[in-house]
Amino acid sequence: MADDGTDRRFLGGPAGWISILLPFGLFLWFAQHIPAVAGGAVLRWDVEWIPSLGVTLGILLDGLSLSFALLISGIGALVTLYSASYLGGHPHYVRFVCYLMAFMTGMLGLVLSDNLLALFVFWEVTTVSSYLLIGFNADEAKSRRNALQALVVTGTGGLAFLAGIVLIGTAAGTFSISAIEGSLADHALYLPIFWLVIAGAFSKSAQFPLHFWLPNAMAAPTPVSAYLHSATMVKGGVYLLARMNPSLGGTDLWFWTLAIAGGFTAVFASVLAIRQTDIKQVLAYTTLMALGTLVLFIGVGTDYALEAAMAFLLVHSFYKAALFLMIGVVDHGTGTRDATVLRGLGRAMPVTMLAAMLAAASMAGLPPLFGFVGKEFLYKAALGAPAMIWVTGCIFAASVLMFVAAGIAAWRPFTGPLAETPVEPHEGPWPMLAGPVLLSVLGLAFGLMPDWAEALVAPAATAVAGRPVEVDLYLFKEVNAAFVLSLVTFATGFVLYLLHGRLRSGLARFKPRFDPGWDRLMDGVAAGAAGLTGLIQTGRLRRYIFVTFLALGLSTAVAVWRAGLSPEIPPLDDLEVKHWSVLTFILAGALLTAFTNSRMTAVAALGVVGIGVALVFIIFGAPDVAITQLLVEVLQVVLVAVAMLKLPYLNHEYVKTVRGWDLLLAISIGAMTTVILLAVQAAPLDLELTAFFEEASAPLAFGRNIVNVILVDFRALDTFGEIAVVAVAALGAYALLKGVRRPSP
Amino acid sequence: MTSLIVRAATRLLVGLLLLFSIWMLLRGHNEPGGGFIGGLIGATGFILYAVAHGSKAAREALRLDPRSIAVGGLGLALLAGVAGFLPGDGLFAGQWLFIGATETDKGTPLSTILLFDLGVYLVVLGSVLALVFALEEEV
Repeated sequence: MADDGTDRRFLGGPAGWISILLPFGLFLWFAQHIPAVAGGAVLRWDVEWIPSLGVTLGILLDGLSLSFALLISGIGALVTLYSASYLGGHPHYVRFVCYLMAFMTGMLGLVLSDNLLALFVFWEVTTVSSYLLIGFNADEAKSRRNALQALVVTGTGGLAFLAGIVLIGTAAGTFSISAIEGSLADHALYLPIFWLVIAGAFSKSAQFPLHFWLPNAMAAPTPVSAYLHSATMVKGGVYLLARMNPSLGGTDLWFWTLAIAGGFTAVFASVLAIRQTDIKQVLAYTTLMALGTLVLFIGVGTDYALEAAMAFLLVHSFYKAALFLMIGVVDHGTGTRDATVLRGLGRAMPVTMLAAMLAAASMAGLPPLFGFVGKEFLYKAALGAPAMIWVTGCIFAASVLMFVAAGIAAWRPFTGPLAETPVEPHEGPWPMLAGPVLLSVLGLAFGLMPDWAEALVAPAATAVAGRPVEVDLYLFKEVNAAFVLSLVTFATGFVLYLLHGRLRSGLARFKPRFDPGWDRLMDGVAAGAAGLTGLIQTGRLRRYIFVTFLALGLSTAVAVWRAGLSPEIPPLDDLEVKHWSVLTFILAGALLTAFTNSRMTAVAALGVVGIGVALVFIIFGAPDVAITQLLVEVLQVVLVAVAMLKLPYLNHEYVKTVRGWDLLLAISIGAMTTVILLAVQAAPLDLELTAFFEEASAPLAFGRNIVNVILVDFRALDTFGEIAVVAVAALGAYALLKGVRRPSP
Repeated sequence: MTSLIVRAATRLLVGLLLLFSIWMLLRGHNEPGGGFIGGLIGATGFILYAVAHGSKAAREALRLDPRSIAVGGLGLALLAGVAGFLPGDGLFAGQWLFIGATETDKGTPLSTILLFDLGVYLVVLGSVLALVFALEEEV
């Protein structure tokens, strides 16, 4: 991190201000579409990408994607501004900015794509860039390990999602989201589609039991935690569920899976949040709570629930990004993030305190902040939901604990007597304060003017529901059940906050063991892979050749058997003496090769076989092939003879153990080839091609030797490929031989 | 290895083998032969030389690194293929030039086909020699 504090160049130099202006410009571009989208319009632009696969890079701008796009670009601009100061002097700052821009591109593509395949590609872009960003401090083993964990979990989920996409394409007949008509719930493939999409969404949005990677992802620099692992990427799964709600939602399975997983994640995570002492970890677990809440309410799926979910999406992005950025400033200004150490920072860091207090109040759901509006609607939706007791119970418990977490994260560190910290507390520079302040003030502004948010929430809820949804956000209308529930929440939360020290030590005994299990799983995978490699890659050339020919023999045998070939043994009477003598010649060579105990004899005998085959070619009138065969055979004997000087002595004991098998395999392959050849002979030979070449060779290619004319003219491209293989093989073998000679240091 | 008879015979044989290989290359279009066979025969010539005088001497006689010969041959073959584009034909479409052609005699034919076959010749020659030399130097 930039402990020297400031980069001498303004905002981190060109990489800095380009990366700030780009998302800011995008934000303005998206913002200008708010009126149209608020009016119910759905904007789209189509670019053909892979027409043959039906992949169109369609951009679809409706309420849902516009809300996400504004969050991605808006918070993106604030985060890059923050990073310019936070990481400005870092030697890898430019690399960091590149990763961040790659992520932003991927995330925007994800939420704007209308085509599922394009969406998947962008989905993977976010996975990979998230991996790079979590592992940004690559010289720390923990950082690398956590990055890999996030990559494996979300990457595996991504693969499941891809399979789901393929099935959706089969079921719906299109990959275009907007072209999927009606619900797929009655389709035969609904169940596999459902579980595959759920696997993708739950891994990305860290729902229980795939939640464990997200708190570990906090190994990333603070701006990354604020941006990817709170405001945007982890909401990718939520986005997917919201986007697929019209097509996949509305079933009992959908409701119960989302409600149980989301509700459980929300409560489980908020309990774990109270346990943490590192404030960044507290915030990480409350992010899990928010994701669980969003999943829960998308599962509920009533108009109110979707409205509440979309409002809460905005609420959470504002306060959580602000709090993450705030804790970065505190860390930077004091040298610690320990909740048990930090106290009384208010005087030294007044601006940070203001932002933290506002954001935390929104998180706790206090009026008149936007968080209060969001929570009121969550309660209202919960009270009208199916399985009302479960939904309301989950959201009540989570909200109470949120109140406590807000106190731990933002109230306690800034109030009371000043405590000793590793660094003398001091206020952060303005680029680091701009983000938290702006976001937390927005939380206040939207709370006072909830109508502003309606412009986004209404079209977003409409897009998720797949039907028009009336949205009326307000701060306070009347004393109703939801309002009373809010008051109870504050009271309970306040009491628990006072007791939170005791709660924490009580909970500290309760340790979920996900990470050790994960490490064991990874060790198991590595050990399994090593074992399998050892089994397959023995390093013995004999074994490789044996397996290759065994596979060849088996696959040929299956093919011959399935084709039902009937070889006919031709009459042997018309064989002449020359035929018999060549046959004897070849057989003698083959037998000698198989039974000799000397390598030299074996090689020479194999040469005899080859020369015998060349004789066959001569007898049947193929001089070109015969000459080539003869020359190759001679060269092969020479090459092997030279190479032999390098080989260790033949182990005769070993040869005895394997010769039987080798012989069996060789005879099998030979028999198989014979069967095929006889079957081919039994069928009438199609001479059409031969006739063509005989006729066309001289007039078209000015040559009478058909074989050569085919090689260098008619099929010159094939020949070119072959000589390229020859040259590359020779270069490769040369490199290997030379490499052996000079042992690498 | 280096008996006097072998060395004396080699002097004669190497030249003959190389000539023979080029003759095989050139006649390939109408009679048995061609670049592949020619390349193998040419390689045999140099291998014989290496057996008699050692691979260092054979390398010097060859002047160029066999690997360069192989890659150069590949380039030549590609060039012959690309030449097909020049008059507007496709890749690897043969182009012919008959020097001194009359009504009855077609003259001396030159073609990109020959160039291509020469490329094949060089690739085979270079590849085989690269391997043989490397193996021999190893011991």
